[in-house]
Amino acid sequence: MARTIIPFGPQHPVLPEPIHLKLVVEDEIVKEALPAIGYVHRGLEKLADIRDYNQMIQIVERVCGICSMIHAMCYCQGLEEMMKVEAPSRAKFLRVIWSELHRMHSHLLWLGLFADAFGFEALFMQFWKIRERIMDINEATAGNRVIVSVNVVGGVRRDLSPEQCRWILKELEEVERQIKELQSTMLKDYSVCKRTKGIGVLTKEQAHELGAAGPLLRASGWAQDCRQLGYAAFPELDFSPVFHTDGDCWARGWVRFMETLQSINLVRQAIAKLPQGELAAKVKGNPEGEIVTRVEQPRGELLYYIKANGKKNLERLRIRTPTFANVPPLLAMLPGVELANVPVVVLSIDPCISCTER
Amino acid sequence: MLFFTKTALGNLLRKYSTRMYPHVVREPFKDARGELYNEIDKCIFCMKCSKVCPSQCITVNNKAATWECDPFACVYCGVCVENCPVSCLHMKPAYRKAVYNRELIHMQGELKKKKTASAPKTTPEVATAANPDDLGESPE
Ligand code: SF4
Ligand code: SF4
Repeated sequence: MARTIIPFGPQHPVLPEPIHLKLVVEDEIVKEALPAIGYVHRGLEKLADIRDYNQMIQIVERVCGICSMIHAMCYCQGLEEMMKVEAPSRAKFLRVIWSELHRMHSHLLWLGLFADAFGFEALFMQFWKIRERIMDINEATAGNRVIVSVNVVGGVRRDLSPEQCRWILKELEEVERQIKELQSTMLKDYSVCKRTKGIGVLTKEQAHELGAAGPLLRASGWAQDCRQLGYAAFPELDFSPVFHTDGDCWARGWVRFMETLQSINLVRQAIAKLPQGELAAKVKGNPEGEIVTRVEQPRGELLYYIKANGKKNLERLRIRTPTFANVPPLLAMLPGVELANVPVVVLSIDPCISCTER
Repeated sequence: MLFFTKTALGNLLRKYSTRMYPHVVREPFKDARGELYNEIDKCIFCMKCSKVCPSQCITVNNKAATWECDPFACVYCGVCVENCPVSCLHMKPAYRKAVYNRELIHMQGELKKKKTASAPKTTPEVATAANPDDLGESPE
């Protein structure tokens, strides 16, 4: 059959996020993919002009719902470094706990969506059912299911009582049991493997060259994770990145599955080591200077550039989200893929277009 | 092979994971950030809350002693609650219910004159439609 161009998105049943791909197909095989983004630009960076640097915390949280806490943590860490305050160590551990809870629920959400992309609705429901427990932990400890809003410049706003810690550990045990129950379905089931193994392969070299980030990079054989940089309380926790060498959709599922279990382990470690002390350091004055901070979001490396000139409002705020880094690898993965597998491959990068466009 | 069968059969025997929502409502968590309310008798109309609010949804008039909040613009972050010098702002643990009209939460207080004998005794006056309890049939 002659070349045909098939539009994929911005409204597509498999992808709630608005990315548009023009797929050039020949005999149902994708030959080329041309992306278009820009459907959900909200101008959040520009808001730094009219909102002061403290109010920006609540605004950057809304860059991405799924990893709201991690955005705010990155922003607050940047300002702390700029204003030369150090968050108390209890705050650092609490940040780890909440950020890992966010990673867990983000990965569970993705695992569900991924199952939905290859047509396994029951598995999708199952993962989302587990995720509800994490959402309940968020709501009970921080006050909201998604936008936990626990960060302030200098530390955190909420504390965990010993009973809450015990309750979290109990809930996580149940979460772990339920996730492990799905391990063979997700990773060994014949139909799942048929739809994911060997599809959308990104080689180790390609991943490096195209600048992939996060689980996409780790599924291609690179053991790189921004948590290795040792922000928050990560230096005091036992952590090494999860990685796989296959580089296909299955390997990405594997990496995220294992990271979910790893996050449970990290929360346990953080609760076990949670020190007593202050929640937030006093912050005086306005920020001045220029800084770049990085943290690991569920989708990969998140980068904040902050420039301030001693006024209440920041001069410039620039956010680079991991999905932006993962679009070029996606375009390299698509050629050669059957049209029916395109949703699986697109979802395998865990696209978050709203946070890419802000 | 058939790894999911165990889970699927287990689900048949377990109780429902979902709730019959408007009829069965879960108890809210103790510290959840739900609806905002102001103990207007205590409020000193200092405008601190309206200054710190990231969505700029609070309007305080310190001449007329009114406190207004647009609950549709509020993002329930709780920053205003933390910054109120007299701790008169609170958040209920339950979320605001759906309403038919888009109205502000309007509260009329009384200006406190320099420590005169007249203790404030106005009761908070809430615009009827802005009080979610007055709207629609409650699920119970
Ligand atoms: S900060 Fe508190 S006292 Fe001041 S105006 Fe707001 S509600 Fe009233
Ligand atoms: S909860 Fe947040 S958004 Fe709502 S009124 Fe208070 S400060 Fe503003």
